[in-house]
Amino acid sequence: MAYSEQEILTGLAEIVNEETGLPVEQVTPEKSFTDDLDVDSLSMMTIATLAEEKFEVRIPDEEVGNLKTVQDAVSYINGAQG
Amino acid sequence: MAGTTVVVTGLGTTNPLGGDVASTWSAALAGKSGVHTLENDWAERYGLPVDFAAEVAVKPADVLPRPELRKMDPSAQYAVIAAQEAWADAGSPEVPGERLGAVVATGIGGVWTILDAWDVVKEKGARRVMPLTVPMLMANSSVANVSVRFGAKAGAHAPVSACASGAEAVAYGVEMIRSGRADVVIAGGTEAAIHPMPLASFAKMQALSTRTEDPEGASRPYDVARDGFVMGEGAGVVVLESAEHAAARGARVHATLAGVGLSADAYDIAPPDPTGGGQERAMRAALTDSGLAADDVVHVNAHATSTPAGDGVEADAIARVLGESAAVSATKSMTGHLLGGAGALELVLTVLAVRERTAPPTINVTDPEPGLRIDLVRDAPRDLPAGPVAALNNAFGFGGHNVALLVTSA
Repeated sequence: MAYSEQEILTGLAEIVNEETGLPVEQVTPEKSFTDDLDVDSLSMMTIATLAEEKFEVRIPDEEVGNLKTVQDAVSYINGAQG
Repeated sequence: MAGTTVVVTGLGTTNPLGGDVASTWSAALAGKSGVHTLENDWAERYGLPVDFAAEVAVKPADVLPRPELRKMDPSAQYAVIAAQEAWADAGSPEVPGERLGAVVATGIGGVWTILDAWDVVKEKGARRVMPLTVPMLMANSSVANVSVRFGAKAGAHAPVSACASGAEAVAYGVEMIRSGRADVVIAGGTEAAIHPMPLASFAKMQALSTRTEDPEGASRPYDVARDGFVMGEGAGVVVLESAEHAAARGARVHATLAGVGLSADAYDIAPPDPTGGGQERAMRAALTDSGLAADDVVHVNAHATSTPAGDGVEADAIARVLGESAAVSATKSMTGHLLGGAGALELVLTVLAVRERTAPPTINVTDPEPGLRIDLVRDAPRDLPAGPVAALNNAFGFGGHNVALLVTSA
């Protein structure tokens, strides 16, 4: 099934909450994972791995570093949906 | 530094009797059992002959925030919980990171993490493995987490010596202070191995009790009907400190860690040398290290796992070293066997025994082994003499590792 951008944002916020403890409402599209959400590189890999499973997409490891903001991740996942 | 006295200024634990030191001590004095039937179907599903163990009394999820839990194997969670209590109990000493050490041992490491991750690889493929899997499963994961959390930069070490690991960590911590590498050391041991795989292996060795009809009575050291140990889990941690450093900051001192003794059997990968020679050498070394005489030792927290072979060997070794007058407690009768956490939890209990002048009871001994040459504290706690007292804590492990720690009243 295909997820809407809003569904991806909501699901991603839940994953970030699990990983970091940040409230889901703070995970908004313009936020930078590193600067605003305090997500380090290993946590980012974990978030990407969980997102792959949740949204049934593939996020190549070398792509994870390019996902700077929450919107970057939402857009990538949206585009990667089969 | 020669002549450096090492004292214990902080105590912490989470184990089957309680989530902290106070609740653990009161449960131990009350002779409570931490053993119960497990709420899962492992025994049936996998054909395990045991369906009981001694799980931690307080789940880590009730203590640590979820994001932290996710980044640590349960073994490291227990270590961090115990270390937090010990550190607070010590008054959160102000010490430069370069003078603070950490030594936290485990017998196995992150067994849940390693086996879960292998399941993921097999069932979902390599991409689904979490990136922190190796840092969570490695045997130094617990001490690494403790070191990071408390800023221990003098060194972070994880001696691995099976069921002697927790005590060996404390011995190593003492040596760090004596050698001048640190003024304060967070030291202890942890284990979280109540998982069907280790249970299956220990059961296959016939090392586990199979008294499924009476889990609370299953751990019965020195009883004629003992049939093996009961798997436990949890951690014990102490804060060690040079007496000089503790005095300078006006710290409350629980006890002195006066002597350490280590030896190896070099006999077999699993059972102890039946002569008890290695155990005897460890105890004698701890006495020599402390400068005390055998008569000074009024209490022993024995390793005493409740296996048919092991307990008698240790009892004879204790009798040869100390004579037959010391009050001997076998607290695994209540806590089960914490493997790599055992020696550290039992050191915490030994420190409390010396501080409170009370030897905890050994439960479940309804019919003591004939010819037992030790004075076993049964059923109820026993008062220890007033004035300066010394106590010995034994921890022995598969592979022939023997550690004895000698504690004296502060």
